[in-house]
Amino acid sequence: MGLPDASGDLSSEMEVDAFRRLFPLRYFERHLSESIRPDARPLGRARDTTLALGAVASAHGSALAKIGSTTMLAAIKMEVMTPFNRVTGRRLHWPAEAAPVISKQLSDTISSSGMINLKELSLVSGKAAWMAYLDIYCLDADGALFDAALLSAVAAFSHLQIPIVSLNDDGKIELISEEDDGAKLEVEPVNKEKRKLTLSSIPFSLTCILHKNYILADPTAEEESIMETAVTVVLDSSSRLVSFYKPGGPVLAHTSAVQDCVALTRQRVKELQNILDETLSGMEID
Amino acid sequence: MESERDDGRSPSQLRPLSCARNVLHRAHGSASWSQGDTKVLAAVYGPKAGTKKNENPEKACIEVIWKPKTGQIGKQEKEFEMILKRTLQSICILTLNPNTTTSIIVQVVNDDGALLVCAINAACAALIDAGIPLKHLAVAICCCLAEGGYVILDPTKLEEQKMRGFAYLVFPNSVVSVLPKGLSHVEGEPMEHGIITSVTHGVMSVEEYLKCLERGRAASTKLSDLLRRSMQSQLPSDSSKAA
Repeated sequence: MGLPDASGDLSSEMEVDAFRRLFPLRYFERHLSESIRPDARPLGRARDTTLALGAVASAHGSALAKIGSTTMLAAIKMEVMTPFNRVTGRRLHWPAEAAPVISKQLSDTISSSGMINLKELSLVSGKAAWMAYLDIYCLDADGALFDAALLSAVAAFSHLQIPIVSLNDDGKIELISEEDDGAKLEVEPVNKEKRKLTLSSIPFSLTCILHKNYILADPTAEEESIMETAVTVVLDSSSRLVSFYKPGGPVLAHTSAVQDCVALTRQRVKELQNILDETLSGMEID
Repeated sequence: MESERDDGRSPSQLRPLSCARNVLHRAHGSASWSQGDTKVLAAVYGPKAGTKKNENPEKACIEVIWKPKTGQIGKQEKEFEMILKRTLQSICILTLNPNTTTSIIVQVVNDDGALLVCAINAACAALIDAGIPLKHLAVAICCCLAEGGYVILDPTKLEEQKMRGFAYLVFPNSVVSVLPKGLSHVEGEPMEHGIITSVTHGVMSVEEYLKCLERGRAASTKLSDLLRRSMQSQLPSDSSKAA
């Protein structure tokens, strides 16, 4: 910040909290030069990540994702529509300015990754198809919002149970509720087999902060506000690049930084894939 | 296999560019920028006193307003506004006029592909016209990845739709400086090889992205030379206006 030399002398006398508030950048740089961050993480390590599936009982698929204290709740509601079928995003309870941008990024990422085979959402070709409404609630925003949003969305899609429907005499689609499954055996369900989506090439993301020559993986809100250059890399499970997103920022990304960010994301994709697999297999046992 | 494009261009050939500054009377600075049939008009007002809510009053604030050709602005335009704002923030010297707001209004005249890129170039030219001090220019370029894995530059709307993926890249221009050359190098790469902004759509391999970067850099050098020349040639009339 403004007075680098003055702060250098003061740091030995001042209380840590006061120093952190007055010279936030200096405070961080002192940590970074020791290859550690104020929350005791090494520069390239992401925060603890947890996933819980089925958090919303009324939705057809839902997931709660926590990265550090950033918390996102995703819920999917299925509705029968006449095709064109597509995945839409609706979002509420978001930090106001970020909402439309992240929402757009998220629907771009999900559609361009080809994770969902839209043919699987078709019920009667050309007549009826599923519309998946994805709602994501940001319960706590502490940096790396897009990463948490994408993780919760992906987990919700892998948890998704498509409801059983049947064609009635008028050629209209009717929901068969779980309870009277036995009673309505005379009507043939349209989608008995297709209750789960087969997700191919699942996208995972990692946001990194670039500051001087340092690369900080999975920043907190404090780190994002002090060091402004963020890069979000999205890779799918077969390590293809779905998105390389760097909206401006004072630090320029040179080839070496691009490659380092991609390498960090590759590691992170493996971690997240494991977390997702473990959570899913945990569900099956229950 | 590098194929011919519909309009007969070679893969790394840009469409005819044109740039005119000082096209609006009431704005503090304005520019129109066109690449082929894509045309964008940008106007700069400010710096005006005061910043908006939630902005840091210790720095200058940049506000971008996107006006589509027709209709209301949607999510797409909101995203463009945000990318444009962040990109311009990184080339402006924000500490120079703290607690002021500079508004940049971007009017889409016609969209025939590479719209965001065109808007960034137009906004940058308008900032120069308004006399806002900048660290360096921002040179934007759109690279497309075709089915065969080859890269084409500056696509039209038709080409954009056919492509497997594309990347909008923004590079700084080469700085003419009195400082010795070595100072502007970062880790053996010249400063102008760093990316200010990168936005990609569609799936590609990492190697293909790096190939896009390389092609984009090569083209951005040409583009920044052209930008510099067109700015310099228009300068004399500008100084007479000021006098």
